[in-house]
Amino acid sequence: MSTRDDIPLFASSPTNIQFDNKGRLRHFLSIEGLKKKVLCDILDTAESFSSVPQQSIKKVPLLRGKTIVNLFFENSTRTRTTFELAAKRLSADVINLNITTSATSKGESLLDTLHNLEAMHSDMFIVRHAQSGAAHFIAQHVSPNISVINAGDGQHAHPTQALLDMFTIRRHKGEFGALKVAIVGDILHSRVARSQIQALTTLGTNEVRIIAPKTLIPAHAETLGIHIYHDLKEGLRGVDVVIMLRLQYERMQGALFPSEHEYFHLFGLTEEKLSVAKTDAIVMHPGPINRGVEMDSAVADGVRSVILEQVTHGISVRMAVMSMAMQQGENE
Amino acid sequence: MTHISTETDHMISNIGRELKVRIESGQLNNPAMIGIHTGGTWVAQRIHQHLEIETPLGELNISFYRDDFSRKGMQPQVSPSRLPFKVDDRHIILVDDVLYTGRTIRAALNEIFDYGRPATITLVVLAMRDGRELPIQADIVGGHFELESHQQIKLQGPNPLSLRIMDV
Repeated sequence: MSTRDDIPLFASSPTNIQFDNKGRLRHFLSIEGLKKKVLCDILDTAESFSSVPQQSIKKVPLLRGKTIVNLFFENSTRTRTTFELAAKRLSADVINLNITTSATSKGESLLDTLHNLEAMHSDMFIVRHAQSGAAHFIAQHVSPNISVINAGDGQHAHPTQALLDMFTIRRHKGEFGALKVAIVGDILHSRVARSQIQALTTLGTNEVRIIAPKTLIPAHAETLGIHIYHDLKEGLRGVDVVIMLRLQYERMQGALFPSEHEYFHLFGLTEEKLSVAKTDAIVMHPGPINRGVEMDSAVADGVRSVILEQVTHGISVRMAVMSMAMQQGENE
Repeated sequence: MTHISTETDHMISNIGRELKVRIESGQLNNPAMIGIHTGGTWVAQRIHQHLEIETPLGELNISFYRDDFSRKGMQPQVSPSRLPFKVDDRHIILVDDVLYTGRTIRAALNEIFDYGRPATITLVVLAMRDGRELPIQADIVGGHFELESHQQIKLQGPNPLSLRIMDV
């Protein structure tokens, strides 16, 4: 039996495993390998779900009788809550497994935990794990009737976050073909940035820029087909969308920048620095925000900030992904 | 394939007349109209305009209430339901293009009740054919059609609206 240590550091290509033999979405592990049509289908379906909160009963019966397990091996508030809310709005039954107090911490292996959850007739696992490739590993080992959704694995991918960001951008800006989008901050440790770059590129974004100190940019980033800047104002010039990222201290090994104060001075977003972007540019952040480190409060709470909208859209997008992964049906 | 487009406008006018009687008699006081996406909405738009109903037209996308989701999955489409009025205690006129098995109406009724508790729901359909699988009947019908099981009746539109009978 495998243990958590067996999880590979890097995910192998998830291209095939994400679809069933009829080409329908079964697992949602990474943006990588998904065609533009799949991403657009998810965004369109999410758009249809956006009216559900206006109902006095904020539920649709799509996943009635299905059991969804939130399997979070790493802390999360926003992602776990919006996944739970999305599942409940689809009428599924949700179990939140607190791993720190579960059998895994008593020595049970990851696969044993999974097999036990399968024995309880679960239908879907929502997985967050500090190791890159964890969701992919789990998807390879679950029984055929179970779907796995990646809610963030190490530094690899956070595909639902990327799609809710695309949903927010599309709501404000329409088509991606004419857009210039800048991603600012700790690209090196950010699974969100990786998934965003893949999604933006797949959707045909005119220009994707990353802006960060050299120490926070992954090696060979230029091979991703993006523009790299080390000066915030230069990189923000003329952009339609600014995506700020959190400094991920928990993944940093060694000193990658002198101090928070200096980082904010050079890469923190202020109204003054934002003034070189387009006048109607929107400002996004996946949360949680470190005010005064990545961005000034005036920007975070300003008229161009769509940060709270992102949270709301996260529910619709996660409803879309969950319901699409569940439609492999009883006729199989 | 048979086209019966010339009769479609006539059928809509007949529905309008019948609804007008019910509204003027006070039976449907201050009604709100809902079309079922997409064909039902096309028909509802015509009647809504014709009767000059004050409350804006609502639209239902019943995809998330269908009973065959696990077998057929869903078609991605950008069409959220929009009910721009409070459903509670209102007289609702629910409009669809074709009443066949009754399953769409069952889904629509469930969705409406997730928005609130209407006073009444009056079901209006442009075409009613045989083949009901649920105990659901329309209150106002544009035309009745007896079709063979291999035949299908479909509304094409939105401009012009035309009902077509075709072999499947």
